[in-house]
Amino acid sequence: MPHAENAPSLVSIRHLTRIFDVSKPWLNRVVERLPKRKLTAVSDVSFEVPERTTYALVGESGSGKSTIGKMVVGLLPPSDGEVEIEGINLDTETDPDKIEQVRSDIQMIFQDPYASLNPRWRVRDIITEPVRIKGGDTNGLAEKLLEQVGLSAEDAIKYPHEFSGGQRQRICVARALASDPKLIVADEPTSALDVSVQAQVLNLMSDLKDEFGLTYILISHDLTVVRHMADRIGVLYLGRLVEEAAPDALFTDPKHPYTKMLIEAAPRMDGFGREITPPEGEIPDPISPPSGCAYHPRCPIAIDRCSKERPKLEWKGESRVACFLAEA
Amino acid sequence: MTTPVLSVRNLTVEIPTRAGLLKPVDGVSYDIAAGEILGVVGESGAGKSMTGNAVIGLLDRPARIASGEIHVNGRRIDGLSRKDLRKIRGKEIGMIFQDPLTSLNPLLTIGDQLTETIQEHLKVSDGEAKLRAIRALDEVGIPAAKDRIDAYPHQFSGGMRQRVVIALALCAEPSLVIADEPTTALDVSVQAQITALLKRLCRERGMAVMLVTHDMGVIAETADRVAVMYAGRLAELGPVREVITRPMHPYTEGLMRATPDASEGATRLRQIPGAMPRLGRLPTGCAFHPRCPKVQDKCRQDPPPTRDATGGRAACWFPLTEEAVPA
Repeated sequence: MPHAENAPSLVSIRHLTRIFDVSKPWLNRVVERLPKRKLTAVSDVSFEVPERTTYALVGESGSGKSTIGKMVVGLLPPSDGEVEIEGINLDTETDPDKIEQVRSDIQMIFQDPYASLNPRWRVRDIITEPVRIKGGDTNGLAEKLLEQVGLSAEDAIKYPHEFSGGQRQRICVARALASDPKLIVADEPTSALDVSVQAQVLNLMSDLKDEFGLTYILISHDLTVVRHMADRIGVLYLGRLVEEAAPDALFTDPKHPYTKMLIEAAPRMDGFGREITPPEGEIPDPISPPSGCAYHPRCPIAIDRCSKERPKLEWKGESRVACFLAEA
Repeated sequence: MTTPVLSVRNLTVEIPTRAGLLKPVDGVSYDIAAGEILGVVGESGAGKSMTGNAVIGLLDRPARIASGEIHVNGRRIDGLSRKDLRKIRGKEIGMIFQDPLTSLNPLLTIGDQLTETIQEHLKVSDGEAKLRAIRALDEVGIPAAKDRIDAYPHQFSGGMRQRVVIALALCAEPSLVIADEPTTALDVSVQAQITALLKRLCRERGMAVMLVTHDMGVIAETADRVAVMYAGRLAELGPVREVITRPMHPYTEGLMRATPDASEGATRLRQIPGAMPRLGRLPTGCAFHPRCPKVQDKCRQDPPPTRDATGGRAACWFPLTEEAVPA
C-alpha cells in the first residue's frame, strides 16, 4: 500500500466476510424442496484504522455497515477473514489475559438511547458497570464522567427516564468511556436525535476524542454527518467497500458512481428548487445480488464488462475505488 | 384574491392532563394555495405533526381543538361530525404517513386497498375503479402496474411501498395533501425519488401540499414556503429562499447551522445549547429564550406577539434581520 501511515493501526480488518443463513426451517425445506438460502451481508472488506483517527463506514440500508461494527466489537463472529485489534485477533487468540485486555479497550455506542439503557438502573450503576465487572474502583467515577459529557454530578442518582434523548446519548458516551477504552464503535449514534441535539453529541464526541486519545469507528447512513467527523470514509454498497477516501477528496472528487449518486441525492440547504434527476432503482436483494459489479444495474455509466466481472478495490491516487471506469 | 385551499386561523390544540392543560399547538395560522408546497419544519415536540393531524381531524383523545378555525376550499371543517369528516378525508384531503409499512393493510392486495378508497369517494363501477387504480400506480412510477396490482404490501420494497401510499392518498384526487415525514424512513437515493415525485404531482395537479419534516435540506429543495415551529408556536413563516438565506428568528438560524451540510468542510457544527422544553414546563416569555443567543430581558418576561398580530415573518422581539419591504 502506498499509504502506510506513520501511526500504527489500532484496527486491521482483512477480507472480512459474514454470511447469514436465511433458509426456511428444515422441515419446510424438506417438504417444499427448497434449497438453503444464504445472505452475504459483508463480503471481503479490508481496511485499517490508525490510532487516534476516526474511520467512518457509510452506506444505505442493507449495505452491511452495522454487521461490520458488530464483528469488530466481537458481537458476531466473522464467517471469513479477520479483525485484528492492537495486533491481536480475538477469534484465534488463546491467551485469556490478552483477550481480556483487548476486550476492555473496545466499547460501543448504539443508535437508540431509549433501548440501550436499563430503565431500572440508576445512571451511576449504568455508567460504572463496565468497571465494576472487572472489580475496578468506581468511587466518584460516574460523577466525574457525567461532568465530562456535559451533565452534572447530581444526575448520577437519577433514572434514565428522567433524561431527554440527547442527554441519554451522553450517558451512553459516559458509559463507553468508563473503562478507559482505546476504540469506540458508534453505530448511528445520532440518527435518533434532533438536529440541534445531534450537533451537541457529535461535537462532544470529537472533543472527547482529543481529550482521551480515542479511535472511532463511526457507522452512519448520512454522508453529511460523517464529513464533519471522519479522517477517512469507507462507502459500502451491498456488503462491499466501493470507495475509500479522505472526506475532502470524497466530497470534491468522488470517483465511484455510487458515491457520486449519494452526494448528489443528499438534500442541500442551498438547493432551492433544485431539479435533480432522481437516482434510478433501489438496492438489490442481497440474497441474489447482480453479477459483476453489484451497482451496475443502477449505474449511469456501466459498460458490458461491469455486468460480467467484479471490479477490485484498487488504489487510485489517494483513494481506493472499486470501479473499472474510475480515474486517478 | 383566490381562496386558499387550506386556511388555518389561530389554531390551538389542548391536551388536558393531571399536571394541567398542555398546548402542543398554540395559536398557529397559515394558508396554502393551490399548487403550493408549504414545508413545516421543527424538532420533535414542536407540534408539527399535531398541526397536520388537527387539520385532517385525526387528533387522538384527549387532545382536542380548543380554538381556531380550519377552512378547506372555503368550507369550515373543524367541528364537523365524524361522519362528515370521513367524507372529506381522502376526497378533499389526502394523507401520507411516515412509515409506509404500517400505513398499508398487510392482508389486502394493494389493488383492493386502492379500489376501496376510490369507490368510497367516487361513484364508479368495479372495472372503472380498477382502471383508475392502475392509472394511479402508473402515475407514481410503479413499473408494470397492471401486473403488480394484485400484489401484497410485503412484496414491495420500502420506496415502492411509499409510492403505493402516495397513490392511495391521491387516488380520489384531493385538493390538499398532508405529507407527514414522507421520506424519513427511506434511504437518501429513494428519498430523492419520492420528493421529486411529490413535486411533480403537485405541479401537474395543482394540489396544495403540507410537507411536515425535520429536515431543512428537504424543505429547501421541495417547498415554496416554510413554517418553522418551536414548542407549539410558529417561530417564522415565509418564502423558503428568504427564510433560509436571511432567517429572522434565532431558532431558524440555529436550526440551519446545526444541520450538517455536504457543501462545507470538516468544520465544527454549531450547536444550539439545551433541548426543546417540555410542554408542561414551558419557560415564561418567549419559549426559545433559554436557548437563544440574543436573549434580552424583554424575552424572558413577555411572549413575542404572534405573526398574526404583527403581520411580520417571525415571532420574535428582536429579529435578526429587517424584513424586506414588500414592493
